[in-house]
Amino acid sequence: MSKSNQVLEEITSKEYEHGWTVNLETDEAPKGLNEDIVRFISAKKNEPEWLLDWRLKAFRQWQKMTEPKWPNVTYPAINYQDIIYYSAPKQKVKPNSLNEVDPELIKTFEKLGISLTEQKRLTGVAVDAVIDSVSVATTFKEKLSELGIIFCSFSEAVKEHPELVKKYLGSVVPIGDNYFAALNSAVFSDGSFCYIPKGVRCPMELSTYFRINAANTGQFERTLIVADEGSYVSYLEGCTAPMRDENQLHAAVVELYTMKGAEIKYSTVQNWYPGDKNGKGGIYNFVTKRGLCAGDHSKISWTQVETGSAITWKYPSCILKGDYSVGEFYSVAVTNNYQQADTGTKMIHIGKNTRSRIVSKGISAGKSQNSYRGQVHVMKRATNARNHSQCDSLLMGDQCGAHTFPYIDVENNSARIEHEATTSKIGEDQIFYCLQRGIDEEAAVALIVNGYAKEVLNQLPMEFAVEAQKLLALTLEGSVG
Amino acid sequence: MLNIKNLQARIGENQILNGIDLKVNAGEVHAIMGPNGSGKSTLASVLAGREDYEVTGGKIDFLGKDLLELSPEDRAREGIFMAFQYPVEIPGVSTINFMKTALNQIRTYRGQQALDAVSFLQLMKEKMKLVEIDQSLLNRSLNEGFSGGEKKRNEIFQMAMLEPKLAILDETDSGLDIDALRIVANGVNKLRNKNNATIVVTHYQRLLDYIVPDYVHVLYKGKIVKSGTKELALELEAKGYDWIKNEIAVA
Ligand SMILES: Nc1ncnc2c1ncn2[C@@H]1O[C@H](COP(=O)(O)OP(=O)(O)OP(=O)(O)O)[C@@H](O)[C@H]1O
Ligand SMILES: [Mg+2]
Repeated sequence: MSKSNQVLEEITSKEYEHGWTVNLETDEAPKGLNEDIVRFISAKKNEPEWLLDWRLKAFRQWQKMTEPKWPNVTYPAINYQDIIYYSAPKQKVKPNSLNEVDPELIKTFEKLGISLTEQKRLTGVAVDAVIDSVSVATTFKEKLSELGIIFCSFSEAVKEHPELVKKYLGSVVPIGDNYFAALNSAVFSDGSFCYIPKGVRCPMELSTYFRINAANTGQFERTLIVADEGSYVSYLEGCTAPMRDENQLHAAVVELYTMKGAEIKYSTVQNWYPGDKNGKGGIYNFVTKRGLCAGDHSKISWTQVETGSAITWKYPSCILKGDYSVGEFYSVAVTNNYQQADTGTKMIHIGKNTRSRIVSKGISAGKSQNSYRGQVHVMKRATNARNHSQCDSLLMGDQCGAHTFPYIDVENNSARIEHEATTSKIGEDQIFYCLQRGIDEEAAVALIVNGYAKEVLNQLPMEFAVEAQKLLALTLEGSVG
Repeated sequence: MLNIKNLQARIGENQILNGIDLKVNAGEVHAIMGPNGSGKSTLASVLAGREDYEVTGGKIDFLGKDLLELSPEDRAREGIFMAFQYPVEIPGVSTINFMKTALNQIRTYRGQQALDAVSFLQLMKEKMKLVEIDQSLLNRSLNEGFSGGEKKRNEIFQMAMLEPKLAILDETDSGLDIDALRIVANGVNKLRNKNNATIVVTHYQRLLDYIVPDYVHVLYKGKIVKSGTKELALELEAKGYDWIKNEIAVA
């Protein structure tokens, strides 16, 4: 039996019992997916009728769809009836101190330079009231609400701001957009909602870290960020600390919406469990991220540092509808051991004078496969569209693979599209040069790789960038020589 | 300081060094000359610990340590510096960042504390002056798009920063214009003291006008076939290598 099947097998071996009736008292749905389960999830969350209908519509669409086979990744078939789609956030047995936590994990934390407090938070060690992040989050939230910024969990938003959610949910990623987005729309557990009012510049980086009740909603997360006219927000997702999760399949959806003159900067560091050295285990990360520059002169910028997951399938995209709107995609994707990544972006130019910029840096090591897949589409109406794409691949060793799949569709003659691609290897000459200066191999690889990825790392907020640099080095540890 | 005895090395099937004997004391400058392909860069690489070269015989003692037992980075940390004939490019990494990493790793090895930002900057400013190098060059990606002369000058700047006990300069003069040659040579001379030593690999007497060697050796077919004082270099300049080749052929 293949390794991933085994993992799924281990989760449960019970068959889905048809005709099972919804029992609202249970904390966990039985595995499998049908309309009853969708209703159960919605009921559990006390959702309004319209949202249930929305979920059901998504579910019905999903049933008619098939899993995409075009990504350059291979994995054993996923049995969607073998997954539990709802379980209430459990009170896990909290370790009393860091001594009770896996020492390997602590070692990693230390290498990443994560503070003790933060280590405790991440591993769920009970922390005393003074340093509890909840208190930090509360002051944080007060500050934001003074400015009229809404930043809360998705469930909370459904209750408190239904008109906003109703208006924008699915406006960027429609329910039937793709297989995994449809699945997410049917069963999403929770996520984040953010609204920046007209003319407001959000004074701090927003991150889920500061969101109260950011319970484990990792598997089918839903994020919606709306930036009203002339507003600005920088949003951080993920963290550099290694994230483990018992759920193998992750299918999140992120929607960004910018009105006239608004800007959203969305940064991600993804470090889900990639599986062990032999490729056993690891998260399947099938994410749909898209931004709609609805208004003129609006801007959406994606920056991602992807180091984790066994399989990554992810194309943060921009629909440049407003005239003079700008889309950016900066990406570093690292794969090591048996990881597979098929990631890139789509830039859809609809409005006039729209511009997009793509900088993708792939790094492959071990026996991994790393693909860049990018589409630049200039529609008929998009006079004077501009795109510049730079796709670089760095190979470490000779057992890994790097692939580039650029798709360019131009329907307007005035467009100017530039695409550059390079492939390079970390040279022994480079390593030796470092060694000769007293720099050991590990540090040499870190130096070279961070230099290579600099253009992207520079896009990250300062503290995040420092952590991301360490993370890159750590991910590639021992992959040379 | 350095004592090489009957050193033999090969790369793949190619035997390149065929029994080298060389002794370098603190305070000395040795010049190594010889025709193309005679093994000068190979000798430098073997000293620096490049793994492509297999040492098939002989011994190297460096300050009482068996050099061949040390990893390349530890050799550097013990005080061996090599100015490369062809310095490589490292995109996205500035010379400043590179030197900070190197210096701190070396200091850690020696049980010293890492330099704080202010002291590092101070040291850098001082060394920049010494080799007359511009900070704008040091902010750029290491060697990327550098002219031949800039690369060489940057090598000497790094040497100044790391203050090695034994510096091996592999054709540092090639590609330098007259002014740059003087600047580089001046830098090397200023760094000279009675506790360190320098091995200069060169094809040209010209450099030796500036960096005056105590000894000159001729390497030919992987052996030191002739040693002498600085006059030997002048003789080579005048007569070429043929007379030495002939001498060997006769012997
Ligand atoms: N990687 C290698 N593979 C095969 N042969 C090599 C390699 N490196 C060096 N050699 C050979 O070893 C011999 C010595 O080369 P080396 O570079 O040491 O000469 P050199 O004296 O420094 O020459 P130059 O004056 O041209 O710099 C040459 O014949 C060269 O072709
Ligand atoms: Mg040479």
